[in-house]
Amino acid sequence: MPNPPIGQPGSTGTGASAHFRRRSARSMPIELLAPSLLVAALVVLPLIYLVYRAAQADEGVLRLVFRRRTLDLVIDTALLAGAVSITAALIAVPLAWLTLRADLPGRRIFAAVSILPLVIPSYVGAIAYVAALGPRGDLQRWLQRWLGLESIPSIYGFFGAWLILSLFTYPYVYLNVSATLAGLDPSIEDAARGLGRGALPTFFTITLPMLRPSILAGMLLSALYTVSDFGVVTLLRYDSLTRAIYVQYRASFDRSYAAALSLVLIVFALSLLVAEMKLRGSARQARLGSGVARKPRKLNLGWWRYPALGYVLVVLGLSLVLPIAVLSDWLVRAWRRGDDFGQLRSATWNTLMLGGLGALLATALALPVAVLAVRYRSRFSLAIERLTYVGYGLPGLAIGLAFVFIGANYLPRFYQTVPLLLVAYLVRFIPQAVGAIRSSLLQIDPKLEDASRGLGESSRGTLRRVTVPLAFPGIGAGALLIFLTVVKELPMTLLLRPTGMETLSTEVWTASNTSAFGRAAAPAMLLILVSVVPAIVLLNRSQTERQTSVAE
Amino acid sequence: MWKLADRATNGTSTPAAGIALDRRRLLAAAGAGAGALAVGRLGALAQATPAATAASGSITVYSGRSEDLVAPVLAMFTEATGIAVEARYGNTAEMAAAILEEGKNSPADVYYAQDAGALGAIEAAGLFASLPAETLDIVDPRFRSANGKWVGVTGRARVLVYNTDELTEADMPATVQELTGDAWSGKVGWAPTNGSFQAFVTAMRVTDGEDATREWLQGMIDNGTIVFEGNGDIVRAVAAGEIATGLVNNYYIYEIAAEEGTELPVANHFFEGGNIGSLVNVSGLGILKTSANSEGALALANYLLGEDAQTYFAENTFEYPMLAGVPTAPGLPALAELDSPDIDLSNLADLEGTLTLLAEVGLV
Repeated sequence: MPNPPIGQPGSTGTGASAHFRRRSARSMPIELLAPSLLVAALVVLPLIYLVYRAAQADEGVLRLVFRRRTLDLVIDTALLAGAVSITAALIAVPLAWLTLRADLPGRRIFAAVSILPLVIPSYVGAIAYVAALGPRGDLQRWLQRWLGLESIPSIYGFFGAWLILSLFTYPYVYLNVSATLAGLDPSIEDAARGLGRGALPTFFTITLPMLRPSILAGMLLSALYTVSDFGVVTLLRYDSLTRAIYVQYRASFDRSYAAALSLVLIVFALSLLVAEMKLRGSARQARLGSGVARKPRKLNLGWWRYPALGYVLVVLGLSLVLPIAVLSDWLVRAWRRGDDFGQLRSATWNTLMLGGLGALLATALALPVAVLAVRYRSRFSLAIERLTYVGYGLPGLAIGLAFVFIGANYLPRFYQTVPLLLVAYLVRFIPQAVGAIRSSLLQIDPKLEDASRGLGESSRGTLRRVTVPLAFPGIGAGALLIFLTVVKELPMTLLLRPTGMETLSTEVWTASNTSAFGRAAAPAMLLILVSVVPAIVLLNRSQTERQTSVAE
Repeated sequence: MWKLADRATNGTSTPAAGIALDRRRLLAAAGAGAGALAVGRLGALAQATPAATAASGSITVYSGRSEDLVAPVLAMFTEATGIAVEARYGNTAEMAAAILEEGKNSPADVYYAQDAGALGAIEAAGLFASLPAETLDIVDPRFRSANGKWVGVTGRARVLVYNTDELTEADMPATVQELTGDAWSGKVGWAPTNGSFQAFVTAMRVTDGEDATREWLQGMIDNGTIVFEGNGDIVRAVAAGEIATGLVNNYYIYEIAAEEGTELPVANHFFEGGNIGSLVNVSGLGILKTSANSEGALALANYLLGEDAQTYFAENTFEYPMLAGVPTAPGLPALAELDSPDIDLSNLADLEGTLTLLAEVGLV
């Protein structure tokens, strides 16, 4: 998933922009141009093939596409995405304000921990919630024992999907809002307070309007995640587009309808992406005047600190403590029952291997794209860079489906092999690496490269010996980010993996499909463990960056 | 392939243990680790081509039956014959669709399906090789392809499972058609994406016709029939008293009782008078024409119809064995005693038509 603080196009290095060399497309070195064109072609390939495949549909399938059900699916998906993004904002904005602007006890720890639900894959969260709140779940059993309650309202359907997706996507809004809030000039708020306006009116009339672009951008990310999500809606049986595509793919011999529905899904997701990018542009402008080196004074909450603390604890309890506690409980039970965890060794290894190779490939190909876009700025190189961003708006299920079609029909040698799976990861996740490397490159003064060339080093040598080492923080961050997302990835892995190859995510998925929560617990916990280290490194990095930018 | 995994696992502890390292070193360690993986892995990828797998005496099975049921018996097969098996698990229709999509490029040697209908569809597409008479003759002609393209491995009957705390056998309907009546409103569970359910719908289309089947499906939907993901979920829900009854296969109540380790308040009801609701279907397999190792594939077919595997199925999956002389699980009415509808399983090939119908009424 997109990760705003690192992937922001052009958010840093304002001073250097005047020095950009404007060169024509003709002077682009071939070793940068060729891989960039390859990336562009790979990104476009699944789109073209899905269009081709859907167009092949005979009369009957076209009738199916334009039947009522497709419209129903679009409406249901939109309803869920809307409800989730609003709820995510309602959770995240108070949380960000309390942890950054008020004297909430333990606010530093809460600020760091508030982002951590991102480490829990949403389908893992869904499994924990189904185990806890589903029929015959922990809560129901507990209520029956103590209160004699026979049944509780069903978690399946809209309610469960909404609850879980809100709890696991609010960090997207939180990240956006807290980054903006940290960079916001507190003197405006202070002035309002000084002129006699109360804390709440100040928040609603001064702070909130300034936060609006980043709240909306975060909400769109949360909506985009919801629309692309496949695990939660399938586990909770909510009839959204991705679930319908998966059911169609699994239950029908004619896969043209699945292809057509995937196109509908892509159009949906891409329009959210375009809206988000437009908003991010305006959010940046709103931040232009924010260079004041003053630490904001924390608002004294007084008696209100207790309900505020309660609120923060409830949010973190539901999004972090509950899923981990439920999984631990199931894990202990499986352990006591004497379950064999031996198979998880190879699954863990495969997960690390795919994450490592995926990160390596995507970062290696993102580098030329980013260098072209920053150092050989032209309409052409920017177009290639923009094109790679399309991956953000291509749901994994749609990409996976397209590569299954392409592999089975035209590339049997690569069908169900690791290389094709890596290509699918590349298409989906490369924008994260391009964004990270790009912002790193923007911070390098081009004069350093000029000096290197002036001292007799070739362009190629300068790239290798000056640019890449200087951009290494961005390259490393991009690689870690991709590692993190590949490790959690489910639908593409499920469809494209080699026969017999299990990863932690497929182990979780298979176990949850047979309602064997005990067996899902161990791979789910391992998955969280594998993600925690890179996530903490990344979060530390973006937090130090944020602090330095406030201090400057 | 996993030997390689064992050798290289040591390398992965470096990045995990490196929390205390500074970021630059951590990244460098991660990068070096990934590089080492890449080199080792590419060697393994070259072996993964279809030709290489055939030479090393292994077969690829596309299984429409779940890993829980199939993996142990495949391990027994490898133990007995030395032939390695790579299994790809999915649901029955998904795996059939994959084979149809792949056509001549299919990496599968064997398709092992949960119902005869999907086997019939692959046969109709001309993708199965003919099986030798010795293999076919093990199985009753009722439970194999008339053209010798696939054989049944185990038998299963469709039943209406019910909660014995709420209902008695006397309350149960005589035919599956009665379930659209008011008495059963909101009380029945079904699993429309399940292969066995879909085969039953195909059978109903064959015996009662397209219109009557659509009417019945619509009647069931209007009657508030509750959708589940699978048969196991239905039986668990019936046992918990969430719903009164559900349309499933005969063996689930035994499986789930064994899993939970307790007696469950559930029983199977067989419909009467050869009603289509009590269809007896088979799980079975066929060998792909394009198989690169048809000998190994045939060895699997013969092993699954042998005494060891048939006993395993009877005792562990509570299905009906196809090999004469292997006893059925205790508590199960004998296959011959079942008042099952008279239908040629080869006629259940039109799963496609069933799926279109299910899509039309909005169930898939």
